[in-house]
Amino acid sequence: MLQIVFDALSLGSLYALGALGIALIFGVMRLVNFAHGDVIAFSIFALLWPSTDAMAIVFAGNLPWFLLIPFVLAVGAGLSVLCEIVVFRRFRNTNPATMMIASFALGFVIRYFLLMLYSSRPKSISLLPVLSQPVEILGARLPLLQLITIIVTIAILFGLVIFLRRTRFGLEMRAAAENFSMARMLGVRANRVIMGAFALSGALAGAIALIFGIQTGTADIQMGAAVMLMAFISTVIGGLGSLAGAVLAGFLLGAASVVMQVILPVDARPFRDAFVYGAVILVLLFRPQGLIAARGTKERV
Amino acid sequence: MTLLNLVDISVRYGRLTAVRGVSINLKEGEVLFITGPNGAGKSSLLRAIAGVTPTAGGHVEFDGAQITGRTPEDIARLGFSMVPEGREVFGSLTIEENLMVGAGMHSRTPGWKGQTAADLDSVYNTFPILKERRNQQAGLLSGGQQQMLVIGRALMARPRLIAIDEPSLGLAPNITDQVYERLIALQAERKLTLLIVEQSSTRAVMVGGRMILMRSGQVVLDGDARELGNSEAMQAAYFGYEDH
Repeated sequence: MLQIVFDALSLGSLYALGALGIALIFGVMRLVNFAHGDVIAFSIFALLWPSTDAMAIVFAGNLPWFLLIPFVLAVGAGLSVLCEIVVFRRFRNTNPATMMIASFALGFVIRYFLLMLYSSRPKSISLLPVLSQPVEILGARLPLLQLITIIVTIAILFGLVIFLRRTRFGLEMRAAAENFSMARMLGVRANRVIMGAFALSGALAGAIALIFGIQTGTADIQMGAAVMLMAFISTVIGGLGSLAGAVLAGFLLGAASVVMQVILPVDARPFRDAFVYGAVILVLLFRPQGLIAARGTKERV
Repeated sequence: MTLLNLVDISVRYGRLTAVRGVSINLKEGEVLFITGPNGAGKSSLLRAIAGVTPTAGGHVEFDGAQITGRTPEDIARLGFSMVPEGREVFGSLTIEENLMVGAGMHSRTPGWKGQTAADLDSVYNTFPILKERRNQQAGLLSGGQQQMLVIGRALMARPRLIAIDEPSLGLAPNITDQVYERLIALQAERKLTLLIVEQSSTRAVMVGGRMILMRSGQVVLDGDARELGNSEAMQAAYFGYEDH
């Protein structure tokens, strides 16, 4: 039983972190950033030397953890900010559909860049192997990583809440997320806020890359896409633009996946995702605005 | 001294021209009402000055500097504070947070903390209801309170000029009275320059000051609000009788 709870929480953590990365950017510029998943993949490949061999040639991956973690977060943040400066900045005043298509294209550019350097074969890597050891808690044997994933996610969420509530930059980001044009009329610098959102979102992508890389022991150029789809669904269920909603829905979706894996009859388990998406459709039918409707999109009195 | 100088401003949305060649000169400390029927281009003009809508022609000078084509945040930082139509409070932020966003542009200047605290006190003195509800979400305020909040938020930026688009929109007349009463008191106290857009000339006549009438994107009348008042010339111009 405890095992199920932890499985649900750790899967939910991944989705929640991914959803948060998308919701942050959507909040400030109404962009649904489909390149986010490829930023995740890029962050993990940045640890390897470019080569098309099946064997990974580890480069930065050998760093001790206290350097490895900041390195991956910085790679994610850096690439994300670069995407903003080089691509998204030019699309800022276009409609959301145009921006979304641009993000699709950019995602493919990043993915094929990785394909060129590393080939499409998944590479096995072993990062921080100590984390794969099991620990025993209340009679359940859990991989240490699972525990750390949950703790790290909760720490990130707390940190983000404090950042958004207690700092001037956080205040400006919240104001901009709700009404970007009004925030600018009050002197809030658009470029700074948007770049800050991209940096945060990219760092979150780096965190996901690390967790995912350690969990699966592979680096795969497709890996971002898998998390990304669930993360995107989480942001929609949570209410596009609502950070709290994105996190909540991420955890719910993780829980739904794990619970269905357990309660579905054995024959139906291979079709688990169909049931999960079915539940998604049901939620959206009853709450099309998402679980927590974002303020900026809500009618004001 | 001229604070705001508009020279031959035009604003277009695609093939539609909203403002055609408007020139207005506004002196420091002056109160100017821009009135006119729906679709006269008043809001478009204001948004163009604030840098929110691009101009199709002409240029804007603020305090002697060219601000045409500059970003809204740059223009705000020069001391032009815009209160757009529909109030636009940050509904999920608390009242105090809303005010702090307004003060943010000065966060790099020395002594900012003390000055902001003093400004906050002064806004709370002007609008005591805001102090009472300072930790509540701004979205929960009534329309009149929201109007007071956005005026307070604009004041937190220590502006030279406040431009307000239809402050009476959706407010009961007695609430509008309160809003105007305090606005005018503030103006006198701080030597503020005010640029107020209203559909009807009633307020302008009550408050006094200069009044400009716009119709079809152009300035048709410019003079003392009380003298123009509800004169026949004013009514004819407002409704465009001379066209028929």
